Amino acid sequence: MTEHLPALQTVLPLMAAPICVLLRQATLVRIFSVAVAWTCLAIALTLLEMVSTDGPISYALGGWVAPLGIEYRVDLLNAYVLVLVSAIASVVMAFPLEGSELRIPRERHFLFYALLLLCISGLLGITITGDLFNIFVFLEISSLAAYALIGLGTDRRALTAGFSYLVMGTVGGTFILIGTGLVYQMTGTLNIVDLADRLPAVSGTRTVWMSFAFLVVGTSIKLAAFPLHQWLPNAYTYAPSIVTAFLSATATKVAYYVLIRVVFTIFGAAFVFERVGLSNLLLPLSLIAMAVGSLAAIYQTDIKRLLAYSSIAQIGYMTLGLSLANVDGLTGGLVHLFNHGLIKGGLFLVVACALLRVGSPTIEALSGLGRRMPLTMAAFVVGGLSLIGVPGTVGFVSKWFLVLGALDKGLYFVAFIILASSLLAVVYIWRVVEVMYFQSPSHAPVREEAPLSMLIPTWVLIGSTIYFGLDTDLTAGVANRAAQYLLGGGL
Amino acid sequence: MEILGLWNYWMVIVLMMVGLYILIARDNLVKKMMGLNIFQVSVIMFWVSIAKVRGGTAPIIPEGAEDVVYSNPLPHVLMLTAIVVGVATTGLGLALIVRIYEAYSSIEEDTLREMDRASE
Repeated sequence: MTEHLPALQTVLPLMAAPICVLLRQATLVRIFSVAVAWTCLAIALTLLEMVSTDGPISYALGGWVAPLGIEYRVDLLNAYVLVLVSAIASVVMAFPLEGSELRIPRERHFLFYALLLLCISGLLGITITGDLFNIFVFLEISSLAAYALIGLGTDRRALTAGFSYLVMGTVGGTFILIGTGLVYQMTGTLNIVDLADRLPAVSGTRTVWMSFAFLVVGTSIKLAAFPLHQWLPNAYTYAPSIVTAFLSATATKVAYYVLIRVVFTIFGAAFVFERVGLSNLLLPLSLIAMAVGSLAAIYQTDIKRLLAYSSIAQIGYMTLGLSLANVDGLTGGLVHLFNHGLIKGGLFLVVACALLRVGSPTIEALSGLGRRMPLTMAAFVVGGLSLIGVPGTVGFVSKWFLVLGALDKGLYFVAFIILASSLLAVVYIWRVVEVMYFQSPSHAPVREEAPLSMLIPTWVLIGSTIYFGLDTDLTAGVANRAAQYLLGGGL
Repeated sequence: MEILGLWNYWMVIVLMMVGLYILIARDNLVKKMMGLNIFQVSVIMFWVSIAKVRGGTAPIIPEGAEDVVYSNPLPHVLMLTAIVVGVATTGLGLALIVRIYEAYSSIEEDTLREMDRASE
């Protein structure tokens, strides 16, 4: 039974989506989708457990052995990303649609769940597959579902945001397809492990350099790495908060995973950093992303847009970890992948709760909400502290590793920017907290807490940012081993 | 001569640039969508053209025949998937355009931007 777990991981949500459409009945579909998401999480945790004791698992899809067939290859790195994606999926699935700002009539709920399941299936597929073309296919499955989900926002600008994401995302996906074609032309294989074997022999050719460029730019568009982030603020702002919570915690993280795969597994650190010199470009861009993202966040009047710009800065932290290319830096990047997923997912769920009581997501509308919804807003404060990187929260763990990585390379300036950008995070989080707690509300404060069914998922994510800040075995431990493995130190 | 010999790449590059140009320069969303389509088609052409083996036939080996030179069938099969993806993207894009038209009564990007600015 356990031998088929890698296939079940993606096939389960993929099959569940049409079943949702057949079931139709809102309550039934919701229970079914939550059960599917939780099963996915159980599978991911089992896979992580299996991989961390027995080493990588290779699964030949349909019995066709790699490199001819499509291989699902689970190692420590993608098992870790699988856990993040399916954990966020299980929490977001459990978050109720009833009463949220998403005004879908009850009899249409099944379509929302079907879309979300397709998106999950695509993201899990990208992560688990060991075949470059398969990555493109799953990328498009998840992206198509994401464009439709973003278009569900109640503001009409959600539609234009979804459309411009569709255009940018398709260009990015097509770039990945070009890159895949060029490496296929040079090596005659699409299997990632096989590619890694065959590429060094031809790595001097211009074709391979071009394919590397296309793959990196394509994934960077999906990742919203500065300066390819234009689609992100509008998409995150106008999408329904539940969708934003899910996408901000998973879609960009999976793109970061693909970038790491391309850089470290397919092309290899020696080619990427010594011959191409990716750090020369990526390091300054990451620093600019951290500074500009945080600065832009300070001036936003819309809380979702504020968090979206903060995401751009946080993606800068992740790409910074990659461009440092040492064990500490990469560990920092990978830990931040997990931690930022938890933090942003949690914070956007807080926004979803707040939108129950206030009509608009502007920061002024939140005034006095600290007294109206004390538990929800406490979650925002804890999440905000994690985003800043206060010791005891997850944000501290990732920034600690990044600073170590920067100091290890003697880049004191980079370490300084990491800390300065955290100070900017204090400013934009404080702006919101001040309005929530210290400005008197426009009318008498009545305690109107969000329903328990919304508070529990929110606090699960926010609570886990504290838990993983104190117990770093699962995150930093696994990320550290994965980083060593990627940089050639063996498992 | 070498440059002319690589005419399939030139064709792909020209198509790709035409597609990207339409995508960037046109304000009409439907035209943008068509530009995106041309861009995707150029990549499909690229994949199909690299599968060709000079003097090769279709990858069907008649019974008893030996030493048959045939084109690589794999890129063709992969491109079937890419075409499906392209169709799905176009479908979704056009569906979004229909909804945009319902909400704004326009599909010209500059008009949409002005309307957004006016409503803020």
